[in-house]
Amino acid sequence: MRKRNLDVDVDDLHRAMLFAAPEATIPATREGRGFSRRLFCKLLGGGIVVLITTKPAKLFAQRRGYPEDLNAYLRIDENGAVTLFSGKIEMGQGIHTSLAQMAAEELGVSLDAVTMVMGDTDQCPWDQGTWGSQSTRMFGPAVRAAAAEARTVLMNLAAKKLEVGRDKLVVENGVVSVVGDGARKVTYGELAKGKQITRLVDEKAALKSLKEFKVIGRPTKRMDGHDKVTGRAKYAGDVRRPGMLYARILRPPAHGATRKSLDTSKAKGMSGVTVVEKDDLVAVLHADPQAAGQALALIKAEWDQPAAAFDTESVGDYFLKNGGDGEVRASHGDVTSVTANVVHSTFRTGYLAHAPMEPHTAIAEFKDGKMTVWAGTQSPFGARSRIAQTLSMDEKNVRVITPFVGGGFGGKSAANQAVEAAQLAQITGKPVMVNWTRGEEFFFDTFGPAAVVKIASAADDHGKITSWDYHVYAAGDRSAEMFYDVPNVSLKTYIGRGGPRVHPFATGPWRAPGAGTNVFARESQIDIMAAEAKIDPLEFRLRNASNVRLRRVLKAAADAFGWKAGAGPSGQGRAIAACEDAGAYCALAAEVAVDRATGAITVKRVVAAQDMGIVINPDGAKMQMEGCITMGLGYVLSEELNFKGGAIADNNFDTYELPRFAAVPRIETLLVSNDDLSPQGGGEPAIVPMGAVIANAVFDATGVRMFRLPMTPARVKAAMKT
Amino acid sequence: MKRSVRFRLNGKPVALDTDDDRHLLWVLRTDLDLTGTKYGCGEGVCGACTVAVDGVAVRSCQTPLAAVEGKNVVTIEGIEHDGHLHPLQQAFIDHGGFQCGYCTSGMLMNAWAFLQKQPHPSRDAIVQEMDGNLCRCGAHQRIIAAIQEASVKGGAR
Repeated sequence: MRKRNLDVDVDDLHRAMLFAAPEATIPATREGRGFSRRLFCKLLGGGIVVLITTKPAKLFAQRRGYPEDLNAYLRIDENGAVTLFSGKIEMGQGIHTSLAQMAAEELGVSLDAVTMVMGDTDQCPWDQGTWGSQSTRMFGPAVRAAAAEARTVLMNLAAKKLEVGRDKLVVENGVVSVVGDGARKVTYGELAKGKQITRLVDEKAALKSLKEFKVIGRPTKRMDGHDKVTGRAKYAGDVRRPGMLYARILRPPAHGATRKSLDTSKAKGMSGVTVVEKDDLVAVLHADPQAAGQALALIKAEWDQPAAAFDTESVGDYFLKNGGDGEVRASHGDVTSVTANVVHSTFRTGYLAHAPMEPHTAIAEFKDGKMTVWAGTQSPFGARSRIAQTLSMDEKNVRVITPFVGGGFGGKSAANQAVEAAQLAQITGKPVMVNWTRGEEFFFDTFGPAAVVKIASAADDHGKITSWDYHVYAAGDRSAEMFYDVPNVSLKTYIGRGGPRVHPFATGPWRAPGAGTNVFARESQIDIMAAEAKIDPLEFRLRNASNVRLRRVLKAAADAFGWKAGAGPSGQGRAIAACEDAGAYCALAAEVAVDRATGAITVKRVVAAQDMGIVINPDGAKMQMEGCITMGLGYVLSEELNFKGGAIADNNFDTYELPRFAAVPRIETLLVSNDDLSPQGGGEPAIVPMGAVIANAVFDATGVRMFRLPMTPARVKAAMKT
Repeated sequence: MKRSVRFRLNGKPVALDTDDDRHLLWVLRTDLDLTGTKYGCGEGVCGACTVAVDGVAVRSCQTPLAAVEGKNVVTIEGIEHDGHLHPLQQAFIDHGGFQCGYCTSGMLMNAWAFLQKQPHPSRDAIVQEMDGNLCRCGAHQRIIAAIQEASVKGGAR
């Protein structure tokens, strides 16, 4: 990622821009304005800067706790260079490219003219964190508006300079020219030269319409490609500082364990080792990471472990027993009024590790009263706050820089490793790298929670669903909304997604949090009712769906798949399932084969149809869909955390099995056009129906219904025997 | 044991005075400042640290320095040719064979070593050979397509 050093104080800059911008509504004293203008000039030099601040609430009132504002800066400097400053981070999802596309489109420059500066708390405006598929659908409009505003400013300048009306001007690749007289032209750089113009805008800026797009909507190769295929892309662990030490930290054998003895004498005796003991933090540091590991092994500690309340097998029953009264999240009609043909089912899922290929890593350097931390995190500003708080420092003196992040999936939201590195740098006075081992990654992950769903539902003789009584434990209600037409619905949540305090270890968002569980349950239950009614599962869904977007993705997936009608189990080993998530609709059709002797499921083919509104980068969107389907194979077929209370049995990929090449089916993705809708979240929906579509296909192949994920060979074999 | 260890790295001779039981991964990343080779699991089960030793893909997190004495080590930093990307690298870009990019060096080096010994493999052979390398972002289908294309375009170079 190209980075540009501004060396400005963003808080001052922010303030300066608010005062300097004529549109700003914040009252400013005469003194304040004068000071800020001077400060602003000093900070930025010349050029054109657009600060965007906007309130996304209206579009996204999805009970998901979004912040009040999203910010971006866009700068066109005196050389015509365009830089977009964003607090978002790039972890593989491709916004490094798609945000630049949006800026380039509205500004009228080529994509390669845009430099991205991301996730640096000193250079970028505040951002809450990169998660929830919001970068494109919520932050994107802010970027487009900033770029559109900048274009307006530039076109006005050009009109004056070329002495012609704005309507006579066109812009291409940063060059403004007069229509029909191409020799009369001026570049953005020439226009920006000697100017100190700032603008503060909201989302209402005049955006280009769909038919004017030249960059948006084109399949675009990733801008980070060259760096990533040459090994030049820098992740936190690749940052080098003079005199740096690698730290290994003493960890408990189980969550909740307390230390009763400690002996670090042997480690202290090892050459080149620094031992840090401060409260609960016990660490060894060495210039060689491997030697630090050897020193850690010399530390002796004894621990008291609390008794386990539940384990991998008993967690579901524990939740059902301790779920309390629950909370009604949706209700209409009366589910108790329907008593005929009621089908009762209970679905279970396990705890899931994020397992990004890059473990949590950070390096901290304390110099001249300022703490700088390079961290692989989805939340640089959150990390800055936590570091400042832990170290009793002013946030102004803490800078978090986010290089490329090697996968996140929701698991890099907390940044504990950044806090640890900063603590150790403060204590030792040296730059310190904390690079979690794979074992630490599996121990300190914020796991996606295990969950249980109980459903009682009924359909009438015409295959119309009459009643839907839904109870979800520990998964929350994301994507649980009943989007089929049902007159009597009750939806209750128990425990909630995060706790409170029910889980023996940390839990948190895991790609489309809870949605995979809810849709596994719902779309399995729909299939069960279709089979009971002896109706083709696609036909059953369409009969109960008036939602246009849902019908479209179902039909698109079925058509592309070559759906052959027939009530389940048809013996074909094929199935369909759908979801609504992050504003997008997605349907998957899949084909499986089941080895009756071993219980092993082979997923042969998955077809995905997704309606995500306007698509910024179709190639990037398809990449995300394929990634969802592939990652989804894991929690559906093999991934489940093995634990007993706070003790976690899995510590590497040998027992916690991620999907490998041989398991990946033929994947076909199609984007269902919906240009009337602003861009929606595309990084999560396709992972959501994976549990249901594969479980439904197993049923279609064998007549055996699977109620628990993952569907390991042992579980499938056991289910076929009963 | 601390001693002088010599080997060739990306075509150039290297001599290091260090413990010869240190793992190649950390020697590359710290002493030699070649950070393209990544730590992923430390147990040789993910492939992120893959490099080629005498043309064979090895897990550098499991390879003591002593094991590469006198041998030819190639890392991701060593497969470009005269400033041009290797056909595999170009194919990974063209097919989008990565997202976060963290497993990419290991994927490329595993494929690079494979194409050295088998320039025109079948799709099944590619799948089998790459099965020890993990990608969490789910770029598998594109990685296979990229290797297939590179094998046609002289990927064994």
